[in-house]
Amino acid sequence: MFPRPIQQTSAATQWLYRLALPVALLLWLFPLLGVAVTSVRPAADLAQGNYFGIPSYLAFENYADVFRNTPMAKYIVNSFVVTIPTVIGAVALSLMTGFALAIYKFKANLLIFFMFVAGNFVPFQILMVPVRDLTLDLGMYNTWYGLALFHIAFQTGFCTLFMRNFIKALPFELIEAARVEGVTEWRIFWYIVLPLMRPAIAALSVLIFTFIWNDFFWATVLTTSPETQPITAGLSSLNGQWVAAWHLVSAGSILAALPPVAMFFLMQKHFIAGLTLGAVK
Amino acid sequence: MSAYWKANQRRLAPWLFLAPGLIMFAVYVIAPIFQSMWISFYDWDGLGEAKWIGTANYAELAGDPNMVTSFKNNIIWLALYMLSVPAGLLIAIFLNQTVRGIRLYKSLFFFPFVISQVVVGLIFSWFYAPGFGLLYKVIEFFTGTGVAILADPDLVTYGIIAAGLWPQIAYVMILYLTGLNNVAPDQVEAARLDGAKGWRMLWYVILPQLRPATFIAVVVTVIGALRSFDLVSIMTSGGPFGSSRVLSYYMYETALSEYGYRMGYGAAIAVVLFGIMMVFISGFIWKMWRDETER
Repeated sequence: MFPRPIQQTSAATQWLYRLALPVALLLWLFPLLGVAVTSVRPAADLAQGNYFGIPSYLAFENYADVFRNTPMAKYIVNSFVVTIPTVIGAVALSLMTGFALAIYKFKANLLIFFMFVAGNFVPFQILMVPVRDLTLDLGMYNTWYGLALFHIAFQTGFCTLFMRNFIKALPFELIEAARVEGVTEWRIFWYIVLPLMRPAIAALSVLIFTFIWNDFFWATVLTTSPETQPITAGLSSLNGQWVAAWHLVSAGSILAALPPVAMFFLMQKHFIAGLTLGAVK
Repeated sequence: MSAYWKANQRRLAPWLFLAPGLIMFAVYVIAPIFQSMWISFYDWDGLGEAKWIGTANYAELAGDPNMVTSFKNNIIWLALYMLSVPAGLLIAIFLNQTVRGIRLYKSLFFFPFVISQVVVGLIFSWFYAPGFGLLYKVIEFFTGTGVAILADPDLVTYGIIAAGLWPQIAYVMILYLTGLNNVAPDQVEAARLDGAKGWRMLWYVILPQLRPATFIAVVVTVIGALRSFDLVSIMTSGGPFGSSRVLSYYMYETALSEYGYRMGYGAAIAVVLFGIMMVFISGFIWKMWRDETER
């Protein structure tokens, strides 16, 4: 194990390490903690210059204010409405593409695979004008499905890479045995491979959920009004209205951060398994 | 029909499985790349008639001072973003222990990556805010005068990059933590018996084994640096006086904002950015291709 386990070092070093851990964490998360505290600081404190002291009381009314005076609740709903279908769509499509690229040998196999991988890395701006145009032409501009369709298509790139590598690591004899038995290809996919994909599906779902929830660029390009805007775009426009009302900005930020954070803590193992795919060989 | 299907099932099946995903990807990702290249030769406001102007957009780009600023900032982004690789490794080494509660520490260190960049941008705007921002206060305490980082054309890009490094370091850290977890213990023990420790151990024994993690860390860091858009948009909108623009933001500004709808010119900027990224993407693909075909 590297570095040397702390248990093998002197008592003083161990003690120092135990102390360093919380201190380092505090420094690392300091900006976040500051915003969390500001989100429950009463407006009156800010007006009197009490920016860093103990809040005079816990002003949960800031959160109530955000919900009462802004379309925040609608933004949150909109984010879910775009994110959930995207997760389902991208996972479903990539299960099939990943299966095709992992199981079958055909000429264009690697070419298609690397096209998915490369497409996943291109700058969003090269897609922006044509995708916006296409969405307008389809009459889907400023709708949840217009945004979700694009996300599904784009995320299929990353998801295919993930699924293909996962299926490739499954024992191929399973499939060969089934073929000898005369099982059709579709049934092999449905009854043999799919049940083994549960961990991959879980890992990808949490990852894609977080990616899409946090997407800002496409939300600004493809949606314009509070009826459809997800929370990232909503927060950005509220930030323009709340000039220096930092207690509200902070409360809004915390609200926007909560769902992916909750997702991460609930599904931590899957999340990290998904993210670190390929970091070990 | 069914006889044909029976005979050719294995040959047709992959294409049927691929069709839905491939069609979606072709329509929304592959085709738009070429459409953008095509649009970059036109003068077009997005609504009216598009006018073919050949390479005029590119000629204009070459003499556009905003382009120079954006390009320069992209290079600064790329160079400084690379710091997240050693920084992430350092934190991973620091946290790679088995003491009580370490799992929670690792998760909390990873936190910044889970949060939206919009929120990260707002958090750092608050951190830098002139008059009462924490960093402003700290600088004021030590030097007597505070610095409004996001209002200073010379500092603003560095301020935004610092905000971007926060989640990026967290991401690299988690890659290295996973990598460290899989370092072969017998090799480490053998090296230890040979007297290797500290830096020499890290450099000659550990880092070679962390190669796959380093590769992915570099890939995601390069892509992340060149994709930087959210933070610039949230923290400064490219200001003050356009000094914090990057290519991705400048493209958005020209094509879709109050400065006008110059789709053709915007597309030309996007093509330049795409060209830069393609250099890196081809490198990654080439390496992955080699790994695939060697197996």
